[in-house]
Amino acid sequence: MGVAVSIQQITKTFGNLKALDRVCLEIAEGEFFGLLGPNGAGKTTLISCLAGLVRPDSGQLRVMGFDVQDAYREARRLLGIVPQELVFDPFFTVRETLRIQSGYFGIRKNDDWIDEILDNLDLTAKADTNMRRLSGGMKRRVLVAQALVHKPPVIVLDEPTAGVDVELRQGLWQFVRRLNSEGHTVILTTHYLEEAETLCGRVAMLKHGSVVALDSTRNLLDRYSGHTLSLRLVNGDDLPLSIRERASLSGGYLNFHLASYDEVEPLLAAIRQSGGAVEDMRMTEADLEDVFIDVMRGRNAGQGEVAQ
Amino acid sequence: MSGLRTLLYKEVLRFWKVSFQTVAAPVLTALLYLLIFAHVLESRIEINGLGYTAFLVPGLVMMSVLQNAFANSSSSLIQAKVTGSIIFVLLPPLSYAEFYLAYVAAAVLRGLMVGLGVLAVTGWFASLEFAAPAWIVVFAMIGGGIMGSLGMIAGIWADKFDQLAAFQNFLIMPLTMLSGVFYSIHSLPPFWQEVSHFNPVFYMIDGFRYGFFGVSDVSPAVSLGITSASFLVVGLATLALLRKGYKLRY
Repeated sequence: MGVAVSIQQITKTFGNLKALDRVCLEIAEGEFFGLLGPNGAGKTTLISCLAGLVRPDSGQLRVMGFDVQDAYREARRLLGIVPQELVFDPFFTVRETLRIQSGYFGIRKNDDWIDEILDNLDLTAKADTNMRRLSGGMKRRVLVAQALVHKPPVIVLDEPTAGVDVELRQGLWQFVRRLNSEGHTVILTTHYLEEAETLCGRVAMLKHGSVVALDSTRNLLDRYSGHTLSLRLVNGDDLPLSIRERASLSGGYLNFHLASYDEVEPLLAAIRQSGGAVEDMRMTEADLEDVFIDVMRGRNAGQGEVAQ
Repeated sequence: MSGLRTLLYKEVLRFWKVSFQTVAAPVLTALLYLLIFAHVLESRIEINGLGYTAFLVPGLVMMSVLQNAFANSSSSLIQAKVTGSIIFVLLPPLSYAEFYLAYVAAAVLRGLMVGLGVLAVTGWFASLEFAAPAWIVVFAMIGGGIMGSLGMIAGIWADKFDQLAAFQNFLIMPLTMLSGVFYSIHSLPPFWQEVSHFNPVFYMIDGFRYGFFGVSDVSPAVSLGITSASFLVVGLATLALLRKGYKLRY
């Protein structure tokens, strides 16, 4: 697999604000890649650099090997971007919008593909409706459709599900997953971490314009958070001293962060040996939100708060 | 080429969909100018051997071409910028030159359509000649091109509608109104005659009028030279802004 998107040492400053600070990322062809970070972390600036809307102060960006500045025509032809802002041209209908967008990419007679996109995004009934008359969710779908008219091998979705209802979100992800399985590289920024968790094979986290975590979603989940074992002991029973330091207390449960399931039995054995009995027990898998919070706070999830 | 053609098509469709406002309205405005000024001045003034109405009609036609060419590119760009839909033309692989040509060609087209409309409704009031029709077409195209380019500069520069209005009201309007649409500069005091010679719009109007009657304040060849040079300067300036991405790509 070749490299779909190469981001090398990208720095961008707006006035005193360093929006991006020597960002390096390489995204392989066919990946479903997540770009996460709080507001103002630099996600949209990075995507805008990729799209040629923002010119970095230094560094190099390539799409399928084409420099986004020097070979902008090739690079842009290979890139489909769904912008974060809900923008539309009020003069045109949905179909006109998509035909015009196709034409910008040098594609004429694109109606077969346009019909397919409309169908997949559940927009067929709105094809001849003026953009002004569409609801916010519908306008969002058209933005997705516009990014796909030229069948770009690399698709970038900048928070595409913000303000979109659950049904559309599911439909959209089904469609994007299909495009991904057909070989399209997908880059996604989202605030819905569970989306990134279920969709993305690899994730980069940005903070203050720098990449602070970059790994496969699985590794991040394992490395940063592992599992949490929550226990409630029979009234009056105390935790043995040997494990007391590892527990944190919340909602009447003692929580233990575990790197693997192998640690469960020794913990329970220690409780039994000290004469304690477990009344209730649950295991929770870490989710990307835990990882996200831990990474943004700059600490490792393994270091739980000490039980008081 | 297809990207350019599509952008041109989109720009034409944009104004054509609201043609009542973008074509019919300026035609009516020009007709009102004609009715008022011709009514007041027809019996009192004769310029270069022409009746006042005959003198006025080509001036009104050209003024409409110029103002509407400017209005088209400037309003299209500012609207796209303010609403954010400018992104749809910034993401595709359109070159700076294609971008420029599409906007300017659409501006010229709108200018010519309004100009033809004005000619059709005001031409009845005077006996017009078409002494040198090629000059009419050439000056209309170059004038529209200059104003379409200036409209692009204004639309790119302005961040808000009031900034664009200022550009229009304090630069474009005085330049066109004081260019000899309503009078011959020979009727001005020597100082203002001299000043008028620094207004490129004067040469556009004068050359355009020459196409109708074969008479003008200055030689049409001189006017052609000056308007062509102006077009070159404004066009290159617009292209330079686009290449730099001024206020479009940050």
